[in-house]
Amino acid sequence: MRALLAAFACLALALFARSGAAVPSGSVSDTAIMATENPPLLSAFGFFKGGADRPSAALTAYALATPLFSDYSEKQRFIYLPANGKLTVEPSGRVKFPVGAALVKSFGYPDAAGKLSIIETRLLLHRSDGWVALPYVWRADGSDAELKLGGARVPATIRHAGDKDQAISYAVPNKNQCKQCHSSKDKIEPIGPTWQNMIFQSATDKARLSAQAQLPKNSLLADAVWNDPKSGSVEKRALAYLKINCGHCHRPTGSASNSGLFYDDMVAGDAAMGIGKRPVAAGRGSGNFDFVIEPGHPERSILLYRLKSTDPGIAMPELGRSAVHKEGAELLEQWIREMKR
Amino acid sequence: MRMRLIITAASIAALSVPLTAKTITVEAGADAQAKLQEALIIAEPGDTVQLGEGRFTLTDGLSLDVAKVTVKGRGASKSILDFTGQLGAGEGLLVTSDDVVLRDFAVENSKGDGIKSKGANRIVYYKLRVEWTGGPKATNGAYGIYPVESKDVLIDNVMVRGASDAGIYVGQSNNIVVRNSLALENVAGIEIENSFNADVHDNLATKNTGGILVFDLPNLPQMGGRNVRIFENVVVDNMTPNFAPKGNIVANVPTGTGVMVMANRDVHVFDNMLGNNGTANVMVLGYRYPYEDPKYDPIAKGVAIWGNQHDRAGWDPKIPGGAQLAEALGGSFPPIFWDGAGGDAAKPYVGDLVQALSLGLTDLKASPETAQPAMLAASTETVTELPKIVLPDSMEAVVR
Repeated sequence: MRALLAAFACLALALFARSGAAVPSGSVSDTAIMATENPPLLSAFGFFKGGADRPSAALTAYALATPLFSDYSEKQRFIYLPANGKLTVEPSGRVKFPVGAALVKSFGYPDAAGKLSIIETRLLLHRSDGWVALPYVWRADGSDAELKLGGARVPATIRHAGDKDQAISYAVPNKNQCKQCHSSKDKIEPIGPTWQNMIFQSATDKARLSAQAQLPKNSLLADAVWNDPKSGSVEKRALAYLKINCGHCHRPTGSASNSGLFYDDMVAGDAAMGIGKRPVAAGRGSGNFDFVIEPGHPERSILLYRLKSTDPGIAMPELGRSAVHKEGAELLEQWIREMKR
Repeated sequence: MRMRLIITAASIAALSVPLTAKTITVEAGADAQAKLQEALIIAEPGDTVQLGEGRFTLTDGLSLDVAKVTVKGRGASKSILDFTGQLGAGEGLLVTSDDVVLRDFAVENSKGDGIKSKGANRIVYYKLRVEWTGGPKATNGAYGIYPVESKDVLIDNVMVRGASDAGIYVGQSNNIVVRNSLALENVAGIEIENSFNADVHDNLATKNTGGILVFDLPNLPQMGGRNVRIFENVVVDNMTPNFAPKGNIVANVPTGTGVMVMANRDVHVFDNMLGNNGTANVMVLGYRYPYEDPKYDPIAKGVAIWGNQHDRAGWDPKIPGGAQLAEALGGSFPPIFWDGAGGDAAKPYVGDLVQALSLGLTDLKASPETAQPAMLAASTETVTELPKIVLPDSMEAVVR
């Protein structure tokens, strides 16, 4: 028995050492991405050459036309594809990534001098048995980031144009909370990347990724961009905002499926969009109002009430909402005010 | 401890040896949030997360997404998850995996719901306390114990106090038992909503606004609630003024409601002790709000009421127009009333030896002023009893 335990211990140490092994500078460790255990330090993957501001050349940076609001944090998004890895873009524009791919997303705020200070980096790793979501929190000296399965709270300051600085308790999600948003039928999946919603920093990046992508035969119409009036009507922009900020949970396969309130691609009629729909499990989230959306009356619509609250028993979305997204709320207010039914 | 966990994980990965269940103990104290959440994440199927004695001061919601895990405290008065300082998440504890057992601990003052389980089949809630310690307040969370979209649910020996919606709420689920539990000072004590096949028995529902509710609502993924048995409960003195935030359906529950059935099929209410409920001991209603949903049936059908003991009820019916109606009836409602929705075809079976009233509001759009109150004639037909709910033996074994 003791010998057996010792053997286990040796194996464990060997595995542990391998996943923690130093990676040659500039190259990403496919082994770490595919491993069954999760490295305690972010450096094991080789996504960064030291600090968060030095991404590996193997990563492709991208942005989203309409991003998810997370307490006004700035986000840096990267795709890693293994050698010979191919993307498949579905007719809807949703991007399917090969096994071995990784999505890397860093969150931070500019400091008083305007320099971006990264708090955390979240990973979505496409392993052979599915996607895994892992949160890493950067050390104060920025030398490396540590795996925080249980999440963390970090003090941060929002410096938003035209507003006073706002001190918040920034929440790094725990591993389960990652899944809460990133799940469909109880399986983890990426939610942001649809081909038409992705913006690449350089034409070269886009060309390189396109060469690795199988694009659909149909043309992909760009979604309206929530804050660009030239990109579409108020309604189109409001729906684009709701899809990105709410539709990952509020869809029939998401974690808010029981609400019957849906903002995914497949809009299923007025009631499913909240128009004239009474709350079900809102509790004090109802704010004493009768309907999720009352056309013409944003001030009596539960949607706006919850969007504008930071109380955890009321606020929607449930995560990343220590602050209110004023500009998003203004767009939805205008949409509901002008709504005729 | 940490080393041993790593070894276990690695040996499984390397050799695929079967796992022997382990116990991960978490004590209250500094950093309880991270320690407890990490334990709930690294737990593997078969494991127990053991909570120590004391007060766990938590800043965020907790969640469990691993199947076959037991979360066990040292007792509902000894291991306390305290969410008074909660900063984020919609509930205290969220469970999203199958075959989970929650037992012997308390959840206090969560900002939203107390314990929610979603898509968590065969979940057991046992010897728990979920409480908003300031008593009934509109600022309390909505649901105390909240399983939803689940198959096989057992709630046994729990106590819930202060929920601003329902203390024990089972939604959009199937095959459910709620028993031996206490629902105190909630808006709704126990509520079965948009669910199929439930036994609610041997509970005490008191000092709520409404004791036990069976509802079906439109525009939800699962509708057509049916086959619910409410029996051998004590449902008394549910006279707490309704403190639900308006907009929620329970904000319309009249203060003084014992058992309320709305828009369900085949609900049997029998052998309960009912009394001191100022509106009614039992009321049967249609869903009388505007809605658009062709798949929804707003009428309560196949409701049967027999064998109940009735104490005083109906002296202060808080339904729209209730005071005038009561006056016309000589000052009080009888202990049982039906709104008349759906007409004779939907008439409840009443075998109790007390008077029962129909308001004659056959049309769902009819206003209360047009009520045509009439006493229901005693039912003579027979009722086919619904079968007992049987849960998988693995669940009953937990509490045996």
